[in-house]
Amino acid sequence: MTPSASTSATPTLIRNVRVLGGEPQDLLLRDGVIASVGTAPDEADRAGDITIVDGTGLVALPGLVDLHTHLREPGREDAETVETGTLAAARGGFTAVHAMANTDPVADTAGVVEQVWRLGREAGHADVRPVGAVTVGLQGERLAELGAMADSAAGVRVFSDDGVCVSDAVLMRRALEYVKAFDGVIAQHAQEPRLTEGATMNEGELSGRLGLRGWPSVAEEAIVARDVLLAAHVGSRVHICHLSTRGSVEIVRLAKQRGLPVTAEVTPHHLLLTDELVATYDPRYKVNPPLRSADDVAALREALADGTIDIVATDHAPHPLEAKDCEWDVAAFGMLGLETALSVVQHTMVDTGLLDWAGVAERMSAAPARIGRCDTGELPHGRPLAEGEPANVVLIDPSASATVDPAASASLSRNMPYEGMKLPGAVVATFLRGRPTHVTGGLL
Amino acid sequence: MIRHLLSAGDLSREDATLVLDTAEEMARLTEGRAVKKLPALRGRTVVNLFFEDSTRTRTSFELAAKRLSADVVNFSAKGSSLSKGESLKDTALTLEAMGADGVVVRHSASGAPYRLATSGWINASVLNAGDGTHEHPTQALLDAFTMRRHLGELSGKRIVIVGDVLHSRVARSNVLLLATLGATVTLVAPPTLLPMGVEQWPCEVTFDLDAALSGADAVMMLRVQSERMKDAFFPSAREYSRRYGLDARRQALMPPEALVLHPGPMNRGMEITAEVADSDRSVIVEQVTNGVYVRMAALYLMLAGTAGTTTPEEAA
Repeated sequence: MTPSASTSATPTLIRNVRVLGGEPQDLLLRDGVIASVGTAPDEADRAGDITIVDGTGLVALPGLVDLHTHLREPGREDAETVETGTLAAARGGFTAVHAMANTDPVADTAGVVEQVWRLGREAGHADVRPVGAVTVGLQGERLAELGAMADSAAGVRVFSDDGVCVSDAVLMRRALEYVKAFDGVIAQHAQEPRLTEGATMNEGELSGRLGLRGWPSVAEEAIVARDVLLAAHVGSRVHICHLSTRGSVEIVRLAKQRGLPVTAEVTPHHLLLTDELVATYDPRYKVNPPLRSADDVAALREALADGTIDIVATDHAPHPLEAKDCEWDVAAFGMLGLETALSVVQHTMVDTGLLDWAGVAERMSAAPARIGRCDTGELPHGRPLAEGEPANVVLIDPSASATVDPAASASLSRNMPYEGMKLPGAVVATFLRGRPTHVTGGLL
Repeated sequence: MIRHLLSAGDLSREDATLVLDTAEEMARLTEGRAVKKLPALRGRTVVNLFFEDSTRTRTSFELAAKRLSADVVNFSAKGSSLSKGESLKDTALTLEAMGADGVVVRHSASGAPYRLATSGWINASVLNAGDGTHEHPTQALLDAFTMRRHLGELSGKRIVIVGDVLHSRVARSNVLLLATLGATVTLVAPPTLLPMGVEQWPCEVTFDLDAALSGADAVMMLRVQSERMKDAFFPSAREYSRRYGLDARRQALMPPEALVLHPGPMNRGMEITAEVADSDRSVIVEQVTNGVYVRMAALYLMLAGTAGTTTPEEAA
C-alpha cells in the first residue's frame, strides 16, 4: 500500500467539535473512514489504542480540495516541489490538490502527469490530481493527447493551459468537445492576449498614473463570454479560472440563469486585496489576473456567497526570491495561497456574514471535488462528514488569529501578499483518510 | 527637502519653489563665468545609473554633478538587467558597496527608482531620471523653470501639453508639478494616446488642438514615436501630424507671447515643424541649458545636507 493510500493505524476520537460549525458532536475516525458522528460513549476514551482530541471550540470541515495549485515540479524545484507544496496544502487544510500543467516539461503527456501523480503518492501529504495541458507545450497550436492523460494512472479530468489562455476559438471549441468522451472539463485562463500585451496590473486610473501597462477587465470578460457560449454550443462543461471582475461575474450569472454548463472559481487574494496595493510597486502584489478594484472585490464576494462563483481556488504560485525581489516589470506573476486560503476566506466571507461554515465546505471541498471529478472513485474527496465516508477532515480554530509570516511557510517560496497582516482562524489539524498530515503543537 | 526625488508628486509647492529658486541661484553663480564650478558637493559621490540609452539626460546630470564638484561615476547598464544576468538589486548592492551618496537612475521599468529607494538595498538618495512611462520629475522642473523665466509665476497660467500622453513620463510629471504650482494644464491627444483614468488627473483634456491653443501661455509638444502606428494608436504619421502637429498655421492661433516647448528629441515634421521649432517663441534650446541648473539644484538640495556647506552662495 502506498503511503498516501494508507490509513491511520490509530483511531482518533474528536470530542465536542462543531461539525460544519453546528452543534458540538463527537467524530470518530477509524480505518480511514468516519466511523461515527454524534455522541460517542464515555468509555470510548478508555478503549485501548485510541487518540483523543479535545475539539472544544473547533470546527470540523471536510478536507479541502484545491482545483488550482502550482506545484512547480518537474522543472522549478527551486520554487516548490510536490513534497513541499503538498505539505503546505496539508497545513492549509487541503487533502487534495490539482497540480497545474505549466511545469517544465509541461504536463501535456501521460508520462508527465503520471510522474506528478506518483510524486504526490510518495509524499503522502495530500492527494495530487494532475491537470493536463490542453495544448502541446501550452503553445495554443494543437491539442495535447487529452485522452492518453485521461486514461493514464493519474486519471486526469481537468485540462488547462493555465498561465496562458486558449485564445484560438476553434481550438477551444475542439477541446471542449473532445473531453466530453471522458467527462473532462476545460479550465480556462480567461485572458485575451492582444488586449493584455505587456500588461502587469489592472487597467484603470492607477495604472495610468503609475505608468504601468493596464490589463483591462474586458480582456477577461470577452473570453468568459465567448467560452460559456462555446461550451453551451457543444454541450460541454467549461470551468473559468480565477474570475476577477464584476463583468465576468455578471456573465457567469447570466449563463447560469440560462442553464449553461459553466463553473467558476475565485482566489482568496481576489476576495481581499485591491489594485491600490500596486502603488508601492512591490512585486508581492503582482499576479495574473491582476488585483482589481474594491468594486470588483465586492462583486466577487457577493457572487461566491450566492453561488454564481462555485468555488475558491488558491492559484498557489510559488516563486524563488529573485523572481520577486526586483523591479515590478520583470517580476514573476503569482502569490502563495495554500496556507492562508482558509483564513482569508474566514476573514472575507465568514466573519462578514456572507457564508457559514457549511457554505465554506461546499465551496472549498465538495464543489471543487465535483468539478474535478474526484468526488467518486477509489479515493474520493469532497464527501460529507458522515458515517462511512472517507476520514478526510480539517479541524480549524476560528477564534485564533495570527500575523502572517512567510518565513514560517512550508513552501520553498516566500511570495506571500499577506505578510504582516493579522488574519483570523487557524488550521489545527488535517486528516487524510484518518491519518494526520498536519497537526499543531500539543493537539494529539 | 525630500530625501529622494521619485515623482513630481512628491514635491509640495514649497519644495518645488525651493528647487526652482535654487536653480535660479545656480544659474546666477555659474552663467557667463569662465569657471563654472561650485564646491558644494565636494567629496560626495553621484552615480549615474542608466539602464536606458539617454545621452542628453545623462550628460545633463553629469554636468550638473561636476559643476557642484561631486565625484561622478557613470554606470551604464544598457538593455534589460535580466538579459545581462545582473539584477537591479545586485547593481544597487554594488553601488552601495562603492559608497554612492546619490544615485541618478534611468530605467525602462516604471517604478524601478521607487523600488531602489524603498527596498532597503541601498542607503543613497535616489533621483528618478525617467522610469518607463511613469515619470521624469527633473524634466518637469526644468520645463517649469524655463516657463517661469519667461512668464513669471506659473500660478494661473494656461499650459497646453500635446501628443502621446499615454507613453509620456514627461507629461505625467508636468501635470503633477504644474498643478502643484497652480497652473491650469490642458492635455491634447487622440483618445488612443490618453491613459485610462486621465479624467481624474488634475488637468483638462480635449481632442481639439486648435481650440486649446487660443488661450495658451505655453504649448508643450511631446515626442511621438512613429512605431506607435503599428500598434494602431493612429492611422498614419500624416494624419497625426495634421490633427496634432504644431505648424505655423497653428502657431498663429496662439497668443503672440506664448512659448513653444519640447522635451526633445524632436521629430521635426511629425509633431512640430522646423519653422515652429526654430521660431523666436521656441525655448527648446533653453530647456536644455536650464536642465543643468535644475539638476544642480535637485542634487544640491538632496545631497548637501550632510556635505558641510549650507548655501550655494557660501560655496561660491
